[in-house]
Amino acid sequence: MRNILISIISIAALSAALQLLLPWWSIALAAFAIAYLRMLSLPAAFTAGFLAIFLLWSGYAAWLSIANEHILAARVARLLPLGGSVWALLLLTGAVGGITAGLSALCGAYARRLYGS
Amino acid sequence: MKSLKFLLLLLITFGLIYLLNTKQGKIPPFGKFLNPFTGFWQNAENHRFSDGVCRLPGLRDEATVVYDERLVPHIFAKNDEDLYYLQGYITARHRLFQMEISTYAAAGRLTEIAGEAALDNDRLMRRTGMVYAAEKAYEFIEQDTLSRNLILAYCRGVNEHIRSLSPKDYPIEYKLLDFAPEEWKPIKVALLLKHMANMLAVFDYDIENTNFITRYGTELFQKLYPEFIADEDPIIPKGTVWNFTPVRDTANSLPHTSGTESAARTTTISYTHCQNPGNSTQYFTGYIPSSWQKPDEITGSNNWAVSGSKTATGKPILCNDPHLRLTLPSIWYEMHLVSPGMNVYGATLPGAPAVISGFNDSIAWGVTNAGRDVRDYARVSKEQYNRASVRKEIYKIRGGKEFTEEVRYTEFGPVVFDDNYGSDPGKKFLAMRWTAHLPSNEFKTFYLLNRGKNYNDYLQALNYFTCPAQNFVFASHDGDIAIKQQGRFPIMTKRNAFIQNEQEAIPWKTFIPYEHNPHIKNPARGFVSSANQHPTDLTYPYYYPGVGQYENYRNRRINRLLSQAEKTDAAAMMKLQNDNYNLHASEALPVLLTLLDTASLTPSQLNILHTLQQWNYYNDPHQTAPVYFEIWWQTLRNLLWDETQQQPQPMKQPSFYVTVSLLRSDSTMPFYDNLQTPARETRKDIVNMSFRAIEDSIKSPYFTEVSELSSTEKTYIKKDKSVKDWGSYKATKISHLIPGLDAFSALNVYCGGNRGIVNATSTTAGPSWRMIVDFGEKKAHVIIPGGQSGNPGSRFYDNGVNVWARGEYFIAHTSNDLQKLSSVKLFSVTYQPK
Repeated sequence: MRNILISIISIAALSAALQLLLPWWSIALAAFAIAYLRMLSLPAAFTAGFLAIFLLWSGYAAWLSIANEHILAARVARLLPLGGSVWALLLLTGAVGGITAGLSALCGAYARRLYGS
Repeated sequence: MKSLKFLLLLLITFGLIYLLNTKQGKIPPFGKFLNPFTGFWQNAENHRFSDGVCRLPGLRDEATVVYDERLVPHIFAKNDEDLYYLQGYITARHRLFQMEISTYAAAGRLTEIAGEAALDNDRLMRRTGMVYAAEKAYEFIEQDTLSRNLILAYCRGVNEHIRSLSPKDYPIEYKLLDFAPEEWKPIKVALLLKHMANMLAVFDYDIENTNFITRYGTELFQKLYPEFIADEDPIIPKGTVWNFTPVRDTANSLPHTSGTESAARTTTISYTHCQNPGNSTQYFTGYIPSSWQKPDEITGSNNWAVSGSKTATGKPILCNDPHLRLTLPSIWYEMHLVSPGMNVYGATLPGAPAVISGFNDSIAWGVTNAGRDVRDYARVSKEQYNRASVRKEIYKIRGGKEFTEEVRYTEFGPVVFDDNYGSDPGKKFLAMRWTAHLPSNEFKTFYLLNRGKNYNDYLQALNYFTCPAQNFVFASHDGDIAIKQQGRFPIMTKRNAFIQNEQEAIPWKTFIPYEHNPHIKNPARGFVSSANQHPTDLTYPYYYPGVGQYENYRNRRINRLLSQAEKTDAAAMMKLQNDNYNLHASEALPVLLTLLDTASLTPSQLNILHTLQQWNYYNDPHQTAPVYFEIWWQTLRNLLWDETQQQPQPMKQPSFYVTVSLLRSDSTMPFYDNLQTPARETRKDIVNMSFRAIEDSIKSPYFTEVSELSSTEKTYIKKDKSVKDWGSYKATKISHLIPGLDAFSALNVYCGGNRGIVNATSTTAGPSWRMIVDFGEKKAHVIIPGGQSGNPGSRFYDNGVNVWARGEYFIAHTSNDLQKLSSVKLFSVTYQPK
């Protein structure tokens, strides 16, 4: 459990740092690397990757959107279309990042099993 | 086995990342778009503003930009280059996407962003010579050192902003469409002006006229499209004497004209190539792309100036409201520009330097479209076509494909329609010439107007303006008022209103001298005005085609009210700009009512009739009668003129004015027959048929649809779900520049007016900028139907919409004293050279 928690924090922190310089898909690198290094089990890897980026992305998005009084989020939520629901848009944002990172972490953990010595 | 599973997993992961990183049709790349580090969330502005200092390379001296509480930038620079550099820099900060998309559209490059779907429109832009025209214009501008340097400074400013952007800073539309800003080359400034010229060139009907006269002959043509009407109320008042000798066009001495050109207009008309009505070889039956078809909501504009003799303060008041397609971001960007010797305020065109419609301490000016026919068409023979020079056009289509074509440029102009585009194979190559193809430097006009001090400066400035021809209204603090129609006008004859045959198509050689363009200063009636009507009466010694495209209602209403005005003021001018009186309805409805068979009406139809009978002819938003009248009129008009809607030969519907006159006085015209029915309808039949359509329309699903929309759009609409009032029925829509992007648009804006009404707000077009400059009070009142920011994530994106819809205004802050602006300051930035 503690390992998962540390992994979540590490993936989120590393992703945040990488994304300041690299495109969004650098979350995949972070998730892969941490899962590999911390020798997570397969379910734990997916969970850690998913939760880390889900929380990072939806959390950061919410923080930006609150300062904007959700003007833009409400418009984009009508565009996508999510019926104008800012909540749905935040969940979608978290999920898109979360699934990407979850799968990447899974790859990382798998790689460790196969090739890690 | 395990390795295989791992590979599969890797493949899925990579596949997912690839999908989320790539635009799929209209769906944005979700990973790129949704991630909060570089995606759209970064465009959610926090609206925390604080003063700052910023170093900019390319700046020569320190400069200050103060943003007022509406985010209008007030730029204070110490020299002109810095001023235009900052105008470019600041405009790009707030309107970059709009600038970019307009120039892509003008240059026929939308395929690079939107793919194959945009190819048709792109080809049309290139084939009508838009890029060719912009290149020619910029070559000409380059010969003028001052213009070149200032345009280059503007471009450097835009580029400095673009350079400062990383992908996370791109406007949201770039993220949606997944592309990046490109360098702002000076040619783009010229392209923008050509874009405007193209938008305003909606008044040429040569193809439609030719099709009509070929099908129905000269007599009917003159009856349905008269050059002048009984109620004509031209810009230059009737009876004004022309104190000049007109020049003759030596290259174009026509066999069918004798004496002066105006004599040619009034004597018997001889349309040389239209001798054989029904001779189908004369038709232009080619395919005309939808973007080339004339919009029903013809855009127009109003401007006027009232002299001190009619105002309360004894000083002039000048007003302008250009009507264009309503868009978000707004077409115009408000700016206040201050440099040594200049203090100018007004509407700027994002992407081009200087103020277009505005005022300074000494003078004010505004523009309306002249609406003169400045495009000609000629059939081109195979020999001419083969002799013509070739311009290769390459279209880069998103996704890597390319499309290449050759456009022929004859002596006459580019061949728009040929075997490859729009025309029947093997026949009818159609070349077009257009005054926008002539070299010109419109920037210079605005540069000089922005600094103008008096009437002479104004006249001088106008001499640089070629296209799109405009009516420039003028007023000065000294007390002068004036109006001049300015543009480069070739000397024309009747046949310029039609497609010309190859042997007739002579290159334009002689143009009307600028000092002969219609103009008037300080007329006895105490005001000048224009609303896209005829510029002159029949005594003007040059011929210009005027077959029914000119406004007949807004001009008469404005002139009537201005004639009555005494001791008038800005409040009265606001009322006039927002006047909803439907002059057309006041003339049409009595005619329709006399033709209505009331005996057979049902109770609900009688209700409709009573509402119409009690109508005061105002298209105010809460009224029901305008809804009934609009449905009745539009249905009737389409029944009556269904003959002109037969494909594949497009024709123009006769004007509202002519339609009313014919309904009033002609009971037997064959056009009354409805082609859809075997019976032969009469005037009475179609008036009664169309009246019954009112009831059917109200019951139709369209009505419910509108009412459902209204309930979801809480900001702009009246809370009442009923759509039986004009405001809800008309449902004015201010659309985002990307078609179909309703989430970024203002829907169901509740307001009155309509086309042909002084408040010309229809469903999709209307006053894009309202300005009232009061020299007596030293105040200006302004409003745009949107806001200063181009970012849908800013509260300054649409904060003017409701104010505009209510007919209210903001005060323009015009002090050239930085201290005095501090009371209205939101924040300021000091820019220093790097």
